[in-house]
Amino acid sequence: MSTTSPAAAGTAGYGYADLPGLISLMTGDSKHDAAAESTLDVLWVLYDRVLRVSPGTAGDDARDRFLLSKGHGPMAYYAVLAAKGFLDPAELPGYGGFASPLGQHPDRSLVPGVEISSGSLGHGLPLATGTALGLRARGLTAARVFVLIGDGELDEGSNHEAIAFARAARLDALHVVVVDNSSSTHGWPGGIETRFAAEGWSALRVPGRDHAALEAALTAPHPGRPHAVAAVIGPGE
Amino acid sequence: METMRERFTSVTTELLAADPRLALVLADITADAFAPARRRYPDRVLNLGIREQLLVSVAGGLALAGMRPIAHTIASFAVERPFEQIKLDLGHQGAGAVLVSVGGSYDYSESGRTHQAPGDVALLDTLPGWTVHVPGHPDEAERQIRAAAAADGLVYIRLSSRSTMVPLEREPGRFSVLRLGTAGTVIAVGPLADEVVAATLGLDVTVLYAATARPFDGATVRDTLRTPDVVLVEPYLAGTSSAEVARALPGIRHRVLGLGVGRTELRRYGTPAEHERAHGLDAASLRASITGFLHV
Repeated sequence: MSTTSPAAAGTAGYGYADLPGLISLMTGDSKHDAAAESTLDVLWVLYDRVLRVSPGTAGDDARDRFLLSKGHGPMAYYAVLAAKGFLDPAELPGYGGFASPLGQHPDRSLVPGVEISSGSLGHGLPLATGTALGLRARGLTAARVFVLIGDGELDEGSNHEAIAFARAARLDALHVVVVDNSSSTHGWPGGIETRFAAEGWSALRVPGRDHAALEAALTAPHPGRPHAVAAVIGPGE
Repeated sequence: METMRERFTSVTTELLAADPRLALVLADITADAFAPARRRYPDRVLNLGIREQLLVSVAGGLALAGMRPIAHTIASFAVERPFEQIKLDLGHQGAGAVLVSVGGSYDYSESGRTHQAPGDVALLDTLPGWTVHVPGHPDEAERQIRAAAAADGLVYIRLSSRSTMVPLEREPGRFSVLRLGTAGTVIAVGPLADEVVAATLGLDVTVLYAATARPFDGATVRDTLRTPDVVLVEPYLAGTSSAEVARALPGIRHRVLGLGVGRTELRRYGTPAEHERAHGLDAASLRASITGFLHV
């Protein structure tokens, strides 16, 4: 399935077309996990076009931070980290094993480049809020924080504590991308992005598989306000 | 006398001036007293509003960004309400933080059950890595706050409106030997020490004082042990440290009596002193429990 020779592995050895092959190293070519797939394009656009972070700068204070809050189904995340050189692709086949650093929920102490340990929903956005506040307090104003959550995850009330406060704090280093595959049991009538807009955030809605649209939305200016992007994909996709 | 909370306010304000790495996170509680500090350091004194899950998560995020956060509110909202945030956004992330509570078990006696957290130390005992300070005096609280602000790990400081007349801790983190005797050991924790000293007057028992409950100074318990009968007197859930006594005395047959706040809801208001009596933690009740158990 890989279109690039494994010998090309390194910081820039893999492209988007290689991601299914990297994922298949974890699944053993069995059926891919739907949640992992739902985040694939957003993750790729972030790491390929948006985030100012690389394996060489992953320890720098001034790096951009990406926090995967929706920690379940992390195969797309591991595949992108491997493609971008944070993670050795040779680790991928061990996925989920006792001796593997790659679990069904990522652990920041085990995987290079992983900013937070996640799995329990509703923790990433509040943690990202604190991280953005910390970067501001340290004067690291060029560093940005991106957090990926799911539309079902937004059910968790802890997110709403963060959404309201981030607006009050004018936390413009904070970026939320909501992968919306209509998995929230009771839904978000009017569009999930309106929940952020109502709180004074900059908020956009884009097709979640369209790389150009995602890049444009994720990098759109939003002075003085935190920024949310709803990346919409098909229900259950 | 100056309260621990007033000392916390003045000392933390001073530390904020000296250490640009230090941040204070509030959830409206004590926000007025910190208003001058907030005006001076708006990026490092953060009042989140009534958002206690966010209080702990923001502390975790600040630590991940290289800051040393102090998060503060009433014990029931600092430990019980955001307990999963404490477990995951601090501990599991490997993020250090200082959690400073007020109120504890029955300081807010008039407020009832909602504002009382006698289980806070027991809850933190389920998590790895926490240092737990239970100062008995504002001077002890000040020393603990200063040390915690300068450190990196997970520190809980349980401030109380109750306090001892004078500071009793001699060496930070170690139990102080208030009295040596032969018929057993009584360990007084934090602000209950004066009641314990009064309760054991004239008794042939060893009295130890703890302003730091975790790590539990088992070495001092062992080193001063004569008759292996131990009475714990703790200003939170009775028996919270019983397992610590067992760990401190491996291979030694011993008995333990855990005195503290009862598990049953009182459903009473009134004063902290009345709650202390209701839980059997006043000097007269303590003396009866101690003499009954140690046969002195």
